[in-house]
Amino acid sequence: MSAETKKIGEIPSFKVTLFVRRFNPEDGQDARWQDFDVEVFGTDRVLDALHKIKWEQDGSLTFRRSCAHGVCGSDAMRINGRNRLACKTLIKDLDITQPIYVEPIKGLAVEKDLVVDMNPFYQAYRDVKPFLIASDKPEKERLQSAEDRERFDDTTKCILCAACTTSCPVFWTDGQYFGPAAIVNAHRFIFDSRDEAAEVRLEILNDKEGVWRCRTTFNCTEACPRGIQVTKAIAEVKQAILRGRA
Amino acid sequence: MTKPRIHNYTYDVVIVGAGGAGMRAAIEAGPHAKTAVISKLFPTRSHTGAAQGGMAAALANVEEDSWEWHTFDTVKGGDYLVDQDAAEILAKESVQAVIDLENMGLPFNRTPDGKIDQRRFGGHTRDHGKAPVRRSCYAADRTGHMILQTLYQNCVKLGIEFYNEFYVLDLVMVGEGKKRRPSAVVAYELATGDLHVFQAKSIVFATGGFGKIFKTTSNAHTLTGDGVGIIYRKGLPLEDMEFYQFHPTGLAGLGILLSEAARGEGGILRNASGERFMERYAPTIKDLAPRDMVARAMANEVREGRGAGPNKDYVLLDLTHLPPEVIDAKLPDITEFARTYLGVEPYTEPVPVFPTAHYAMGGIPTNIKAEVLSDNKTVVPGLYAAGECACVSVHGANRLGTNSLLDINVFGKRAGIYAVEYAKTAQHVPVPADAASEVIAMIEKVRKAKGNEKVAVLRKELQDTMDKNAQVYRTEDSLNEALDKIAELRARYENISIQDKGERFNTDLLEAIELGFLLDLAEVLVVTARERRESRGGHYREDFETRNDKKFMVHSMAYLTDKKVKKPGENIKIDWKPVTITNYQPMERKY
Repeated sequence: MSAETKKIGEIPSFKVTLFVRRFNPEDGQDARWQDFDVEVFGTDRVLDALHKIKWEQDGSLTFRRSCAHGVCGSDAMRINGRNRLACKTLIKDLDITQPIYVEPIKGLAVEKDLVVDMNPFYQAYRDVKPFLIASDKPEKERLQSAEDRERFDDTTKCILCAACTTSCPVFWTDGQYFGPAAIVNAHRFIFDSRDEAAEVRLEILNDKEGVWRCRTTFNCTEACPRGIQVTKAIAEVKQAILRGRA
Repeated sequence: MTKPRIHNYTYDVVIVGAGGAGMRAAIEAGPHAKTAVISKLFPTRSHTGAAQGGMAAALANVEEDSWEWHTFDTVKGGDYLVDQDAAEILAKESVQAVIDLENMGLPFNRTPDGKIDQRRFGGHTRDHGKAPVRRSCYAADRTGHMILQTLYQNCVKLGIEFYNEFYVLDLVMVGEGKKRRPSAVVAYELATGDLHVFQAKSIVFATGGFGKIFKTTSNAHTLTGDGVGIIYRKGLPLEDMEFYQFHPTGLAGLGILLSEAARGEGGILRNASGERFMERYAPTIKDLAPRDMVARAMANEVREGRGAGPNKDYVLLDLTHLPPEVIDAKLPDITEFARTYLGVEPYTEPVPVFPTAHYAMGGIPTNIKAEVLSDNKTVVPGLYAAGECACVSVHGANRLGTNSLLDINVFGKRAGIYAVEYAKTAQHVPVPADAASEVIAMIEKVRKAKGNEKVAVLRKELQDTMDKNAQVYRTEDSLNEALDKIAELRARYENISIQDKGERFNTDLLEAIELGFLLDLAEVLVVTARERRESRGGHYREDFETRNDKKFMVHSMAYLTDKKVKKPGENIKIDWKPVTITNYQPMERKY
């Protein structure tokens, strides 16, 4: 739209095409691509486009979502081949001269359309003992220096969206691998000065399905919508197994 | 009709909702009673995780503070509609609540000597209003995320049983009058479409808010007030529903929350000409005035033509004078929201903001033991509520920032403790054979509906009318307009249809059911707002601009009746409940 015809304050809209991977467990058909044309605005995210499809064109389109601004971790999906949160991916930032491809994250069984079975992912998380283990019974708060607090700051940001784990080629071929997210959550406690069970978690991850399966492809770091240095965290856990917690 | 598969369970304590209040209750109940938590979401998806700025507690780690000052601030912030016995408990138990969380592992920011750090927040003051005080305990601007994660981690540690992506749609009550008791809840399982009947001695509602009645909101898509709506449909009252908080700093046009911590760390609100306009509205504490006053001031700047932007429809949150390293350390997430969603760089540019529907002060009435009330005084034995869905009332007519993360911890914990205490001696109430019949009827009606109205269209029209008529400024006319619109939408709701008729992951069906709850709650909000012909806290009537303590120093109690209605809203009976006053007589509210 040219500057002359655009009214002051008018929000420009444009048309995009989405190819969405569909699967309905109740219709007996294989998964397939379906295309939709949608009118969107400059501030719209991929989640808004999916909602427009669901609310205006096809109510059966199924996906998880909640907060819609990147903190609840419900809507990780593969957008143009990359794992992203649909609510954090602005459409205008994609190449809109081409269709936008949206499909479920890989490595977990597809339940319906963009919804996958997250249970194996959550189980791996629970298996690393993702909670503070400390024997002291303080009457007030435990003291912790700002430096000790900073040591594990990055990995406290995890929202369990599974974008990292389901971007990992090792996880795609071996669903038994703990995967980056579980290791990130172990890291969060291994490097917390208040915790006493680092050795237990390091032992859990010093396993053939543990950290040594990581091939350092950095897919996880690129996929993390919270900007966590996932590969670095995995490397620090490997180091801690070899040389003890630094 | 296909016969639905129904599964039955028996627990001592069932908690509905897995946000902060629900999981805090579960941590108390789990070790002492057979406990289940039922949630429409996986627990860490709950909206507690979106809270940013902090949790109030008079730890006095960085400067002098006391729980009594905190109580006073809470009462004054709530424009004297706060029940003062409850506010005292909130403030007194806040210190232990923060220590509980730290001991559970919560990574708070620290002072140079290793204690929990604290910062300023709106309405929290030293010595009854003399100056802002550092009372908010925080973890950067992701305090809610850390609370939610820490509580879930501890639930994993304790082996708490969760039923995730189960939508509780009904509460089964048995008996009549004062003998009426909760017996079970009925849940719809998203993955399968199966129904599950959970019998329990104690049932705790911790189902969160209902911001989706508004268009511009900081609330998640899933915050549709199902729990509050269920209680209302059972004929139990809802308290103070007219009091809804609009948070001053939502990202303009989007409603995404930018924490008050931005102003706590020194951020300034400016109008189009760059004026720090809060100096005119709250000369002492300026940008750190309570949210209702700041939100109204912002709306007023825009109405009087001093708004910024091409349409003059927002104001600006200025952080450009803060050092980038302070922004990165204290406000990393919210500055990233500004970059991601508006393309604004907060280091160098002010951020466009406007009020966004944020928090329900009202909800399910409870006493200080989190027991649900069936009228002004009578307890429903075995039924509890805590968190945003409840009204105890510690927030009165306007909640102070950082008091909600506190509320979920203090009253979530209390709900868990008292639910266990009751379950120890109580008997299960037998579950009627047809316990699931209402839910079956509700689902089949939607699934089979053959009308031509679309759920999304009705929901949008509801949200539009609520933003237009029941937001920061309200009048008798605007509220009547909203009420007429809601009546029209109710009629059209009878004529909907959905496209997805399947059993598995049928979110089309659930959105239709959620809209039913939204319509109910919007109607209660509008009717109670119309009856409260005064201005107090978050409820501002342009046709009654002052607080009227003689007539309205009382909580509203709204009941659904089965009365045949000639005019919209006549099916709702309004009663009034006295405010509990201990130490603080109402005064003029100046900052």
